[in-house]
Amino acid sequence: MLSIKNLKAGIAGKEILKGINLEVKAGEVHAIMGPNGSGKSTLSNVLAGREDYDVSDGQVLFNKKNLLEMPPEDRAREGLFLAFQYPVEIPGVSNINFLKTALSEIRQYKGLPPLDTKEFLKLVKEKQALVEMQGSLANRSVNEGFSGGEKKRNEIFQMAMLEPTLAVLDETDSGLDIDALRIVANGVNMLRAKNRAFVVITHYQRLLDYIVPDFVHVLYNGRIVKSGTKELAMELEEKGYEWIKELAPAV
Amino acid sequence: MSDTNQLLEEITGSEYKYGWTTNIDTETAPKGINAEVIRFISQKKNEPTWMLELRLKAFRHWLTLEEPRHWAKIQYPAINFNDIIYFAAPKPKKQLKNLNEVDPELLKTFEKLGISLEEQKRLSGVESSIAVDAVIDSVSVKTTFKEVLAEKGIIFCSFSEAVQEHPELVKEYMGSVVPYTDNFYAALNAAVFSDGSFCYVPKGVRCPMELSTYFRINSAGTGQFERTLIIADEGAYVSYLEGCTAPKRDENQLHAAVVEIVAHKNAEVKYSTVQNWYPGDKDGKGGIYNFVTKRGICIGNNSKISWTQVETGSAITWKYPSVILKGDNSIGEFYSVAVTNNLQQADTGTKMTHIGKNTRSTIVSKGISAGKSNNSYRGLVRINKGAHNARNFSQCDSLLMGDKCGAHTFPYIEIKDKSAIVEHEATTSKIGEDQLFYCNQRGIETEKAIGLIVNGYCKEVLNQLPMEFAVESQKLLAVSLEGSVG
Repeated sequence: MLSIKNLKAGIAGKEILKGINLEVKAGEVHAIMGPNGSGKSTLSNVLAGREDYDVSDGQVLFNKKNLLEMPPEDRAREGLFLAFQYPVEIPGVSNINFLKTALSEIRQYKGLPPLDTKEFLKLVKEKQALVEMQGSLANRSVNEGFSGGEKKRNEIFQMAMLEPTLAVLDETDSGLDIDALRIVANGVNMLRAKNRAFVVITHYQRLLDYIVPDFVHVLYNGRIVKSGTKELAMELEEKGYEWIKELAPAV
Repeated sequence: MSDTNQLLEEITGSEYKYGWTTNIDTETAPKGINAEVIRFISQKKNEPTWMLELRLKAFRHWLTLEEPRHWAKIQYPAINFNDIIYFAAPKPKKQLKNLNEVDPELLKTFEKLGISLEEQKRLSGVESSIAVDAVIDSVSVKTTFKEVLAEKGIIFCSFSEAVQEHPELVKEYMGSVVPYTDNFYAALNAAVFSDGSFCYVPKGVRCPMELSTYFRINSAGTGQFERTLIIADEGAYVSYLEGCTAPKRDENQLHAAVVEIVAHKNAEVKYSTVQNWYPGDKDGKGGIYNFVTKRGICIGNNSKISWTQVETGSAITWKYPSVILKGDNSIGEFYSVAVTNNLQQADTGTKMTHIGKNTRSTIVSKGISAGKSNNSYRGLVRINKGAHNARNFSQCDSLLMGDKCGAHTFPYIEIKDKSAIVEHEATTSKIGEDQLFYCNQRGIETEKAIGLIVNGYCKEVLNQLPMEFAVESQKLLAVSLEGSVG
């Protein structure tokens, strides 16, 4: 589904990703862990297509299509979803209206007619339940005045609505208390499916207690320095990131 | 942002939709302004002597005034008032009795603008129809639903007709809110005004449909100087809409209108404008100079006047729809969205003058600047002595798109009564790359995302508009801002 080969990218002339290789297959959950500044957010931004980042080398195939050549909206329409670390507020635009627009755009791209209002609202109700979101949040302006937890829940709600094939969760656990974490993780777990893959980016192991990954990769200094199964996350938690620094090649 | 820039460059050149002209046989006054031209206009309209006298008085006063060019934050070369045609009218083939006799070209013109001059909607039982007064260049060509409205005692007709048919009302109210001595353009308008709409809603009558005037400038070299007068008698209610477009021309055309509203005891008038005059091209060539005086007076107790405007057109907009709150407990409202793109300039806002006790006013102004444009809010809240417990709330927000445009706020507050409560809030924000990227990441392309964000930003104002206008305005905002983030 997602195939990253020797990806090098940076921002403002500074190289941050120094050759990433990653293969993600449908149905898999990959966790990417790493200390601050290791390039975790850069990776998610580059995958989603934020303009500020420059790709200097490498290739990313998404469902066999060249992801890096697509504008960000087409990546989304192809089924890539990024749950933002810091979701932005859009005052005056209701969550519902926002999602209806997004869903229509995605469906149009796929040659499908827009959902009628009744079907759409049914879908909203169904997916809201998934993240234990109150109805009023859906009618409020996108993220405006939402608490940190509400914002993250809203990301997962949007993910549920848009039904991507690949979801990248960028530090979705940051700033969440334990209850919110559980709700968010539950939402994600319920969306796990054979035809859907997840890349979960996180600083801490605790999220992985709830979203159990198939693979764990450790990102350090722009490279994946170690890959393994979920036990790797435990080991990392135990030994700390200092341990990883020893594994990394000298820079 | 280079890709976006490129895309934006391309779309910025997008066409003004209403830029076409119609070939209509037109009768015009000779170029320039003098007593002769004013007599010509008055004669063309078969006016009684008192009206001609009034025009000439205004003209003589105008001659003593200087063009106000310095206090507003707008820049343009001096206007040569002798280089303007002050009267242009589609030549009627004969006296019009019904729609079938209207020049088919004219009908087509309004059809193309999406304005229906037919009354069939109503006949087929649809209640939500709108009565239209269609004004092209200097004259009103057709007013619809006149008969239906007349049954309720509502007078809705062209200004010229009102002068003929209801001189007592015109004499009583014309100039009572905006006297010709008010300002340079009000004086000019009083001297040369050609037509406009007139509306009188009698005591206790709720106007059953939206009334609207559609203004179209068609001829080259002409100015449009229309007057609108709306009177809501005691306990009456009327909602009034105004729309305007003009062809694309390289020259600047002057539009200097006057709108007067009178609300008697317990009456309410809602006045909504969607202004889409030709804004000029992206190099600032051509476009309408929109210098307009709009004012309403809440003359009776418990009356209410509400202005809502969506301003997207014109090379220059200079306009301050205002309310004089004379009656006790009267309410004045001003909701505005002003969009400027490319080299457009807007200096717009309102004046709320509190005279009566317990008077309240609300001002919500949303400015959006893009391209190299300049957008200013200028507003005055005056609480006179004796206006006990007057309240005002003002909110002025500016949204910037790109880094070459300007947004300015000039709030003036004069308080002469200690019991007044006046609040002013102002914000300036930018459409963030973050917001756009967020939308993109959800599958929404940049153009659509801008529309979404801007409409969200203007929601408070758009909510004030009647449904059909709100939808049109949303589209208009998106079109006006196409290609404006860079």
